[in-house]
This record gives sequence, structure tokens and C-alpha cells, in this order.
Amino acid sequence: MNILGLTALELGRKIKEKEISVVEATKAALHQIKAVDGDIHGFVSYDEESALKRAQEVQKGIEEGKYTGPLAGVPMAIKDNICTKGYTTTCSSKILENFVPTYSAQAIENLMDAGVVFLGKTNMDEFAMGSTTETSAFGVTRNPWDTNKVPGGSSGGSAAAVAANECFMALGSDTGGSIRQPSSYCGVTGMKPTYGTVSRYGLIAYGSSLDQIGPIAKDVSDCAALLETIASYDAKDSTSVKLDAYDFTSALVDDVKGLKIGIPRDYFGEGLDSEVGQAVKNAAKVLEEKGAIVEEFDLGLVEYAIPAYYVIASAEASSNLSRFDGVKYGYRAKDYEGLHDMYKKTRSEGFGPEVKRRIMLGSFVLSSGYYDAYYLKALRTKALIKKEFDKAFEKYDVILGPVAPTTAPKIGDSLSDPIKMYLGDIYTISVNLAGLPGMSLPCGKDSNGMPIGLQIIGDCFQEKKVIRAAYAFEQTRTYEAPEIAKGGAEHE
Amino acid sequence: MANHIDDATIEYVGILAKLELSGEEKEQAKKDMESMLDYVDKLNELDTSGVEPMSHVFPVHNVFREDVVTNGDGSEDTLANAPEEQDHAFVVPKTII
Repeated sequence: MNILGLTALELGRKIKEKEISVVEATKAALHQIKAVDGDIHGFVSYDEESALKRAQEVQKGIEEGKYTGPLAGVPMAIKDNICTKGYTTTCSSKILENFVPTYSAQAIENLMDAGVVFLGKTNMDEFAMGSTTETSAFGVTRNPWDTNKVPGGSSGGSAAAVAANECFMALGSDTGGSIRQPSSYCGVTGMKPTYGTVSRYGLIAYGSSLDQIGPIAKDVSDCAALLETIASYDAKDSTSVKLDAYDFTSALVDDVKGLKIGIPRDYFGEGLDSEVGQAVKNAAKVLEEKGAIVEEFDLGLVEYAIPAYYVIASAEASSNLSRFDGVKYGYRAKDYEGLHDMYKKTRSEGFGPEVKRRIMLGSFVLSSGYYDAYYLKALRTKALIKKEFDKAFEKYDVILGPVAPTTAPKIGDSLSDPIKMYLGDIYTISVNLAGLPGMSLPCGKDSNGMPIGLQIIGDCFQEKKVIRAAYAFEQTRTYEAPEIAKGGAEHE
Repeated sequence: MANHIDDATIEYVGILAKLELSGEEKEQAKKDMESMLDYVDKLNELDTSGVEPMSHVFPVHNVFREDVVTNGDGSEDTLANAPEEQDHAFVVPKTII
């Protein structure tokens, strides 16, 4: 049996039916990691011994009736900015290269309770700042569809690991598109939940008002099941929201009759690759044929989202990252004179260029004399952007558009021009500013064979509508894995 | 409108950011910040007068809870992360002279 080809829910079912043991599944994933991660580098670290030990415990737990959920026994990967107790969590930064958290993120606790097996931690842009996973201090991750190309970012390691069958599902985090864009580039499915749905406790903060943990998986069903597992109200996160229901999988219904879908004309303008635009329009047509009501509209203010985002995210980053000072954890410079010199040298040696660039910008926009002109101006813009979405959702159930203007660029092409790289986030960033849920799922490939992603955006706490639309579209396609995903597969 | 960041500003921001930049890094930081600010100035096209700054998408209030300890003593594990530790305490350079 080709274990690696299964989705997380399929595997969970087979484990429950005793067709596959948890240890077998874990070994298959570890085998694949060893076979292909030299080429992909999706993982910053993985721990064979502890994964197998956990697999045995979970197997026992399943047999004893302790773990009864649909994902029990499924091996997964975790983005390396999510704290895992007793296991290194680096944010792909030199400044945290030896940091071992003393507690786990709430999302990890929820997964532990569900009987999931952890394989290791995935590579990312340093502190989630980037769109390519090239700013990692531990080397680039390569796109499983073409190893000369980036996997996207910042959750590039998680998306690549899922696409390459190195794990059955993964956690990412999304501050400006960091789950959706790499999912799109790697041909997998990823979801950024409504702000407040998943606890941020234990997620190392970048832009606290924008950050959300979310699922990356092979299909919509796995994403819904994983979201259902990690979402919870958490008193330890003061922005956590108590939901009426967490049954996201109940929305896995192949029915979009009467669903009102809005397509922002502004998302199909200059800068959008024509093949990407065409694939997304085709997807809209498919949903229309299935009974959805599809309409074009003007969203407005689209071009203001990126500048507002970089002011807000950098400001929050400059504050959040001030804790990395070489005192309580992480890297400390070797030579210094006095406390302030130690802070400065530690941070200057420990952070990479993109992180420093954003800390500098953030410190500037928050500094006296510029605070009103930049920071408050950006927060006012955010209010206007939110209002545009509110208007749109008075008319539509979901908004449909591209995830990114192009498919994955070549490694080395993006970092030389930061603003150009930032522009690639144009369709994802406003979703974070407005706190909305957004999903990316494959909708085709370009002429080079690179995956194209479709983005479905919902109103706050309307995940179910997003999932329903995505699921209905997905039923018209079959999941395709890159060649390398079959590389180390064990056939029995 | 082209923004100009002078040496004094970059020096000052470096202090706020607690970053020590080399001469070359400072020049690069100036250029980066100038081009970012030129780009961000696009926001000035928008009339935001009368618009309240939105720090949170949802109305959020302070969340209070009883001050009850729910976790145990994690000091050993916490100190295990310290770059320098002595007598169950973090070691830092002398701060009071």
C-alpha cells in the first residue's frame, strides 16, 4: 500500500480500522524525509526517535480508546515559530538557534490531545518575514515541483513538506499570506482562519494583530479537520474569540447552489500573470456551473493594503522582537562592553538583513514625530479597508481571486528588490488587515507545470462558507503530487 | 515626494531599534528606508480625516482573570535557555557602576 499517497483523514481512518499502524505511517514519513529532504530542505530539524516513541504511545492510546478523533496517529510537521515544549524552536533565526521552549503552544496542546504524531519543525523565512523562505538563517527550502524555484513563504517549509509527502499535514502561520501563498506555490491547500480563531499562545509573535496559525494539507477536508482540532478559545490569548461552534468539517458539502461569489475586478489588473488569471476565472466558471451566483465587483483600496501592512507589521515587529536581547534565551554576542553594547551586538549578529530592515522601519514609524504620519495613518487606512470588505460581504458570501500574481519565482530572484517582493502579497495581505478567513487551493498549472492557487475569502467567522465553496470546487479535480513526492515511497 | 533619511536619523533609529549597523549597513538602511517611505507615502492619497485608527478588527476589551498560578515551577527549564547562568540566576553585564 502506498501510505504516503493518503490524505491525513484517509490515513486516520485506516489507522482506526487497523489497516495501518501509527508506527508504520510514521516510519513511512521519516523514510520519505530521509529520501527527499536533502533536495527540498523543508525541515529545520526532525527527531526520528521521539517521533517513533510518540507513535507507539499514540497507537496504544488509540487501542485503549484515549484517542478517538479522525487525525489520531497522523504524522505531521510544525512551522518552527510555534513553540514545542522541550524541542528546539528557532524561527529560522540565528538568535534562537538553541532555544528550547518550556511550554507548548495551545495549538500544539490541542494536537497532542487529538493523538497527532510530530515529526519535526519546518523551515521558514526568518521570524516569518519574507515571501520565499530564502531569509531563513538555515538555508533555502526548494519547491518540490521544481527545485530551482522557491516554495513561497514564510511557511515555505510546511507547504513543501506536505507537497513532497514528507508529512501528511502541517501547521503554518499567516501574517500577510504566509500560509496561502506557499500553499499556492507548492500545489497544496492552506487556510488562514479568522483572527482570534486559533490561540496565538506559543506562536512567536511577528505582527500580533495580524498573526494566525492555520492548517496546510493535501485537501480541503484535511484542512477543515486540522482547523477543527487546533481552534479553541484560550484564556491565555487575550485576543482569542469564543466561537459558537467549531465543527468546520460539517461544511464539507458539495453544494454551492445559490452561493453568492464576488470577484474583485481590482484583483485582475496589471501585474497579474495571464495564465494565473485564466485559471482563477476558469475556477469561477466551474463554481457557476455548479449553481453559484458569480458576479464581478469593485473592491476598492486594494493598492493601499501593502503600504499599510508594512507600516503596521513592521511597527509590531519592532516591538515584539525587542525581547531578543541575549539575556534570558537564545544567542548572545561574545565580545561586548557593558549591557547596552551586549544588546546591540547580540541583535546585530543574531538577526538577518530582512528582520533588521523591518525592525528599523518599525522603530522609525513609531518614533516621536512620525507616529501620527505613518503608524496612525496606516491604522486609519486599515479601518477603511475593513469597511470595503464589510460592504462586499453585504452582497457576497465569499470573494474569489488569485493568491499571488504569479507562480513560484526562481530561487535568488526576489530578495534583491524588497518592494517588488512585497508587491507579490497584494491579494493576501488585506485579508490579514481585515482579520478575515482565507483559503488557498490548487486550481491549475502554468505552462511550466507550476501550480496555480485559487483564493477564497470569507467574512469574519464565516470559515464554513469558505470551506463549502472550496470543497465543491475541489470535487471537480484530482489531487496531483509532484514527482519527488513519489521518490522515496514504500510500496508494500 | 522623495524622502531623505540623514545620518542623524539612521543613528537615532539604530538606538531605538538597539541595532549596531556597520557603515555599509547604514548606507543600505538609509536607501531601504527612503524607498519604503516613498512607497508608504501612497497612503497620503487617501483622505482619512475623521477615521478612527483601527488597532483591532473586533471590539476587544481587557481580558481579566483571577491571579491564580496554574503552572508549576519551571525555573530549571527556563534557566537552561540562559546564555549565561549562575546560582540559579541570569548573568548580565554590570549595569550599575
